[in-house]
Amino acid sequence: MASVTYDHATRIYPGSERPAVDQLNLEVEDGEFLVLVGPSGCGKSTSLRMLAGLEDVNGGHIYIGDRDVTDVQPKDRDIAMVFQNYALYPHMSVADNMGFALKISGTPKAEIRQRVEEAAKILDLTEYLDRKPKALSGGQRQRVAMGRAIVRQPQVFLMDEPLSNLDAKLRVQTRTQIASLQRRLGVTTVYVTHDQTEALTMGDRIAVLKDGLLQQVGTPREMYDTPANVFVAGFIGSPAMNVGTFDVKDGKAVVGHAAVPIDRDALGQLTDADGGKITVGFRPEALEIVSAGSPDALQVEVNLVEELGSDAFVYGSLKSEGVAGDLHSGSSDQVIVRIDPRDVPMKGDTIHVTIEPGKSHVFAPSTGARL
Amino acid sequence: MEQLQITSATPNSALLDLPWRQPLAEWPADVLAALPRGISRHVVRFVRLDGRVLAIKEISESIAFREYEMLRQLRKLEVPAVKPVGVVTGRRSDAGEPLEAALVTEHLAFSLPYRSVFSQALRDETVNRLIDALTVLLVRLHLTGFFWGDVSLSNTLFRRDAEQFAAYLVDAETGALHRELTRGQREYDVDLARTNIIGELMDLTAGELLDEEIDEIAIGDSLVERYTELWQALTGVEAFHADERWRVAARIERLNELGFDVGELSITTDIDGTTVQIQPQVVDAGHHSRRLLKLTGLDVQDNQARRLLNDLDSYQAATERQEEDEQLVAHDWLQNVFRPTIRAVPRELRRKLEPAQLYHEILDHRWFISEQAQRDVPMPETVASYVENVLQHRPDEKAILGLAPGEAPEEGPESDYFHYASADG
Repeated sequence: MASVTYDHATRIYPGSERPAVDQLNLEVEDGEFLVLVGPSGCGKSTSLRMLAGLEDVNGGHIYIGDRDVTDVQPKDRDIAMVFQNYALYPHMSVADNMGFALKISGTPKAEIRQRVEEAAKILDLTEYLDRKPKALSGGQRQRVAMGRAIVRQPQVFLMDEPLSNLDAKLRVQTRTQIASLQRRLGVTTVYVTHDQTEALTMGDRIAVLKDGLLQQVGTPREMYDTPANVFVAGFIGSPAMNVGTFDVKDGKAVVGHAAVPIDRDALGQLTDADGGKITVGFRPEALEIVSAGSPDALQVEVNLVEELGSDAFVYGSLKSEGVAGDLHSGSSDQVIVRIDPRDVPMKGDTIHVTIEPGKSHVFAPSTGARL
Repeated sequence: MEQLQITSATPNSALLDLPWRQPLAEWPADVLAALPRGISRHVVRFVRLDGRVLAIKEISESIAFREYEMLRQLRKLEVPAVKPVGVVTGRRSDAGEPLEAALVTEHLAFSLPYRSVFSQALRDETVNRLIDALTVLLVRLHLTGFFWGDVSLSNTLFRRDAEQFAAYLVDAETGALHRELTRGQREYDVDLARTNIIGELMDLTAGELLDEEIDEIAIGDSLVERYTELWQALTGVEAFHADERWRVAARIERLNELGFDVGELSITTDIDGTTVQIQPQVVDAGHHSRRLLKLTGLDVQDNQARRLLNDLDSYQAATERQEEDEQLVAHDWLQNVFRPTIRAVPRELRRKLEPAQLYHEILDHRWFISEQAQRDVPMPETVASYVENVLQHRPDEKAILGLAPGEAPEEGPESDYFHYASADG
């Protein structure tokens, strides 16, 4: 097992001027499960394929452990792409299906058997080892395919959107299985997905990329609680954070009818480029319903209530006199408020909410960086 | 409610008659065509429709559209691949449950999955030819910038091509087109091909379908060797002294011999002009096949074309028309030799093989019986003997691919999404 290091790693596709991955610096610790996440075209898959040796590294280096693998061919990197190929062979036993790659590389029979048995134990396949794949369920077959990668005992597992081909139910199931299996095996794993929920639920740490640039890397909690910029703030979390850019007046951001007090330190970091404005973000659960007369309350007209049983969310419009600012959440232009599912307003009602103290995030409009 | 939708560049209303409201695995036997299948992680079934055989694969909608587009692009690039027919989405069961999307491709007539080829009495030579065919396919794909990502015998179909085989890509699910492949991408594909081929052969051995003498690992290794050789021959830089310019023509001839045309060749000399370096920039497979098409309008595979061109050459020599326009001679050869020979084969037996393959086998047969008889056996006599002694004993390769005569395909579809070839029963 080993760590993985991207050291100013850059990939520029032939014929393109903008790097697909630009000066990526990232360290994946030994045994860690790191998720690369971001919208399509952000460079996450390219980063993974650079580590796999499928993409050239045009600048910088990549290390596995202490070894510089920048120019090492894929098969000599001691990595395994999991799930790439999992068609099983019908005439071969489950054990042979798992161990045949070791047989090809000339591993002694006794050792193959031992490694296959160990993998089978972890995968709950011990009693099926001498059977044919035909006797297995769909899920068991998928585990045999995982077993193929495990018996090779690679330094690093690579997974590129492995769940994208599964239906929603199986996806959640397999997600949990992969995460718990990785914890048990302790093999360093780099996992690519476009789905932030997958990233939050599976990764020890998450690296968010956009336009080939690393935005932030941290634990799921860090990413959620202290996003480094507006992009990460809007990308991580579901439903998405409410974010808007507002005028600053008397040390407060003017949000519709309300004025949201801003920390003095943050105000001090604003520059001329910000033009007297500030970007404020707050998550749906950071809002508290208050009575109509409360000072500095935001007024939200209810468009829709989404009830999920344990939770309920109001999707609404911010009411204001004149310009409301561009408050929005994710790709929708609505404000989202988490409310008590046992006390639900009607469509068309106006609710009054305030941001709980310490639960707002502020960013510089000019750079998007956290203040 | 979502409607059943068929996306296709060549719409065929008969597609609507298929039982889309049932999961593919439960389609009734009467709509299915009994063909041996490769190893796949999805449900795949064959159906007969309007005289064509279609392959239907259940996969998620986004992947179905992606693979459909990919196959269309590969067709445009003239890469040998199965022909995409369409994508079926919005499927629902009678109970209203949504069903997976389906990718529909046209089954390649006269093609043989490797399991049938290997299950027939197999000589070492045949194994080498299959590996050669796959190598050529992989090199061609790599030249166009296609990264396969899952090279295997199961994802390939083989067609007889004179004494060789021609390989076709069947599964493009994991593939991607790039402007140019990196060495890492090519080596990954080659290494994966090696592993998969060895695995597939080991599986045939485990099923006692393969001669025990066969060394699976050596066969897998031979793909790597052949790929490296061919890639070097096609793309390598060659340097020589300036007064050896004949080597430019020799290089082109050598590539033609390998079945490739040179579209663009870069020639560079060093400053004092003593050394010349050449490197082919654009090479296209199908040299013989293009030449035959131009001369005769016959569209056949490359080795078949090579064989027919050789026969055309001997015709030209035998009729002492070397000075004449080749196109005219080719026309006469087509009218007076090729067509009458094919027509001499009884109609009901003719469909067992492609015409070009039939002609190739008849030429082989003529050589064989002429040697036995110690005289030049004329064509009509050859055809009669070929039909009598060879063709009528051959399985029909257009219809029941690879199944031994009298062998019934496996009954009933399997209950889940992993399924196995039926050629092995």
